[in-house]
Amino acid sequence: MRTKKLLITNTWFLAIALVLVLTGLFYQTASAQDTAPTDDEVNAIAKQLFCPVCENTPLDVCPTEACRQWRELIRQMLAEGKTEQEIKDYFVANYGARVLSEPPRTGFNWLVYLVPPVLILAGAFALFNAFKEWTKPKSAEAGSGQGEEAGSSSDEDDYIQRLEEELKNRK
Amino acid sequence: MLAEFGFGVLLISFITTIYSGVAAFYGAQNKSGSLVESARRAQLLTFPLLSISAGVLIYMLVNSHFNVAFVYEVTSKSMPTYLKVTAWWGGQAGSLMFWAWLLAAFTSAVTLRKWDRDIEFLPWVIIVSAVTLTFFIGMNLFFENPFTRFWQINGQVIPSMFSPAAGAELFTPQDGNGLNPLLRHPGMVIHPPMLYLGFVSFVVPYAFAIAALITGRTDDRWTRITRRWTLWAWLFLSLGLVLGGRWAYDVLGWGGYWGWDPVEIAAFMPWLTGTAFLHSVMIQEKRGMLKQWNMVLIILTYALVIFGTFLTRSGVLSSVHAFANSPIGPFFMGYVALTLIVSVALLIKRWPELRGETEMKSLLSREALFLFNNLLFMGILIVCFWGVISPLASELFTNTKITVGPPYYERATGPLFAGLLFLMAVAPLSAWGHSTVQTLGKALWKSAAVAAVVTVLSAIFYTQNGYALLGFFLIALVISATTHEFWRGTNARMHVQKENFFTAIGRLMGRNKRRYGGYIIHISMALMAIGILGIEIFQMETQGTIASGESLDLADYRVEYRELASWDDRGAAVNYTRSVVDIYENGIYIGQLYPRIDYYYDSQQNMTIPGQHATLKDDLYILLVDWQPVSSEGATFKVYVNPLVNWLWIGSFTFLFGLIFAAWPDKDPADEPVRRKVSAGSRQTSAAD
Repeated sequence: MRTKKLLITNTWFLAIALVLVLTGLFYQTASAQDTAPTDDEVNAIAKQLFCPVCENTPLDVCPTEACRQWRELIRQMLAEGKTEQEIKDYFVANYGARVLSEPPRTGFNWLVYLVPPVLILAGAFALFNAFKEWTKPKSAEAGSGQGEEAGSSSDEDDYIQRLEEELKNRK
Repeated sequence: MLAEFGFGVLLISFITTIYSGVAAFYGAQNKSGSLVESARRAQLLTFPLLSISAGVLIYMLVNSHFNVAFVYEVTSKSMPTYLKVTAWWGGQAGSLMFWAWLLAAFTSAVTLRKWDRDIEFLPWVIIVSAVTLTFFIGMNLFFENPFTRFWQINGQVIPSMFSPAAGAELFTPQDGNGLNPLLRHPGMVIHPPMLYLGFVSFVVPYAFAIAALITGRTDDRWTRITRRWTLWAWLFLSLGLVLGGRWAYDVLGWGGYWGWDPVEIAAFMPWLTGTAFLHSVMIQEKRGMLKQWNMVLIILTYALVIFGTFLTRSGVLSSVHAFANSPIGPFFMGYVALTLIVSVALLIKRWPELRGETEMKSLLSREALFLFNNLLFMGILIVCFWGVISPLASELFTNTKITVGPPYYERATGPLFAGLLFLMAVAPLSAWGHSTVQTLGKALWKSAAVAAVVTVLSAIFYTQNGYALLGFFLIALVISATTHEFWRGTNARMHVQKENFFTAIGRLMGRNKRRYGGYIIHISMALMAIGILGIEIFQMETQGTIASGESLDLADYRVEYRELASWDDRGAAVNYTRSVVDIYENGIYIGQLYPRIDYYYDSQQNMTIPGQHATLKDDLYILLVDWQPVSSEGATFKVYVNPLVNWLWIGSFTFLFGLIFAAWPDKDPADEPVRRKVSAGSRQTSAAD
């Protein structure tokens, strides 16, 4: 939980990589005036959307004819000078929030984001309490952990034990 | 006639299963050994019965009896015979029957074991198996009958087992629908059996756990009996997941192997609890602790196995309403709820008896670190479960559909996986009972130094991405710490036993299969993490339409389009469109790839087969997206570069090796019970102390 946002960077990295690739392509085609948006520009947006009709398929890889048309729609809107956000908003307005890869952070949807961390923290808290309970000194120690281990384990571990001791003696 | 026979045998197996459960129950109640024995024999009979019924179905699949609806749905005349056989699990009814058949095989194998000292478990293990089996055969009999036939009456075709009305006649279509082409890939032929084997074999430890709860014999006997079962279950489930990933990578044509699709997650969830169980059960065996928690985990695993089958089989994922209308959905839900309630009730009843025998002493002891591991696995489970459930909840309560996609899962599970890697490096070095920062630090500092060097080198030569570097550090830490453990043991043997290196490491590992098999698995997980990190953070893609002779550039690669051909394979009823592209790396020609699209006439579906150039460094993955009839006019390609992804597959093979090693029976089988007896005895004395 130290780095809560570890993989957010994936998207960022991809976005940056794509922007780099795109600017490269842009410079190549710039001389011929930016006529039509490239496939990569279309995919960069389609990647963030989900197919409005199939289950759990990102729009950029969805093979259906409907999705092909939606990608063409994105291309058209890009050619018209629409921004990424405008295009996403258009899709949400027409097909509902399900086209977004994550639900918008509003109302009921907050539960999507809040439940897991709350439960995990509760689990961590419960575990921490259990530890406190367990480690509370109750009676005199029955001997070192090592001695006990030998008592409760199979001969496989006795063997490991011998190895450990041998290693210790050698040092 | 054949269909009726198959159905009849299925019905008899259903009745036999019910009998075995009921007889076992009365046998246990009245302490009647002969009744239990009768139940056991009935249980043993279910497997041959189901095999006959399945044999009939397979016979009809292979011989194209399209009169049977299931045969019509999943096969066609043009399919090769082996695919007609595997089409058995290519559709709903057949795969539920396959589930039941595997379950019968496993539970029969269990009842064949020597029960001697564990005879009190026997009736309850039979009952749990029988209940589960009854449920699945019942699904087949009453809702998803694979023997349902087509009947024609007044020009209408009706699917029904028996004649729906007087005057109805059997109807046989000319040809079948054909298996979904996506399922014709070898990966998909093996993937479902593996997954189902994993699912089904987890029923065995669960059955013993319930038996232990009911009989009150709540010592670690049940975990010892089921130890190997659990390992094999885990092996199959893991293999199923990996094969599924490989299949997706090879045929789904989106440049990845894992899309956080609910169907994938359905199989992943029991794996998570199963993995947590494998770890925490060791604490029970070594320290007599966490008995309650292990029960919780195995009950959860069983529930998730059924729940996973339910998720993928009931149509609930496409829509809550589709689920409510599907005949099997509510039944599945009810069964999951019922078994969960009964299990939990039993657990609560025995709760006080399941208290630990020893106390936790140190936050850094092995058992404490195992508990952290369990916490992380549970965390990932919560994220997955909620990710699958919340769209359903949203549809149900607010009537809006939402998608919970990869960004949610990646953000939430990333840190948890990182934590698991860290524990994988540290926990094997900590001692049971007691560890301190000093002892752990002493054991770990060399490995940490190696990992730091690797990280610095990666930063200089590979990437400056902070998360990638953190990942590489953890991966290097796991590999070096684990390798160091191998070395320490081997080194000690070399000096104590005066053996040479190879004898020493061979004997070291051979005598501690579970421990060193586990270490190999840890290393394999680190290798897999390299691949996952590579594709997650560094994947690149580009798409473009190019004419023959033109090229697309991505990373170090240049993809130059040569030509394209399209032809029909009449026999297989497939149209192939195959492109030829030249590949250059840093300007040097390295070969040709053939991305293609196969179109299946019978099912009218496409399959996109990428051209792949795989190296340890990365995977060049080219998809043919679209084409013009004349190749000079161009074709559209999508090109991915997936850095490091092949380490995922290398890791998978290492994993397989490690697990088989860990689960391999010991050389002298006579050794085993003796040792068990000894250790069981010493456990009792240590508990009495």
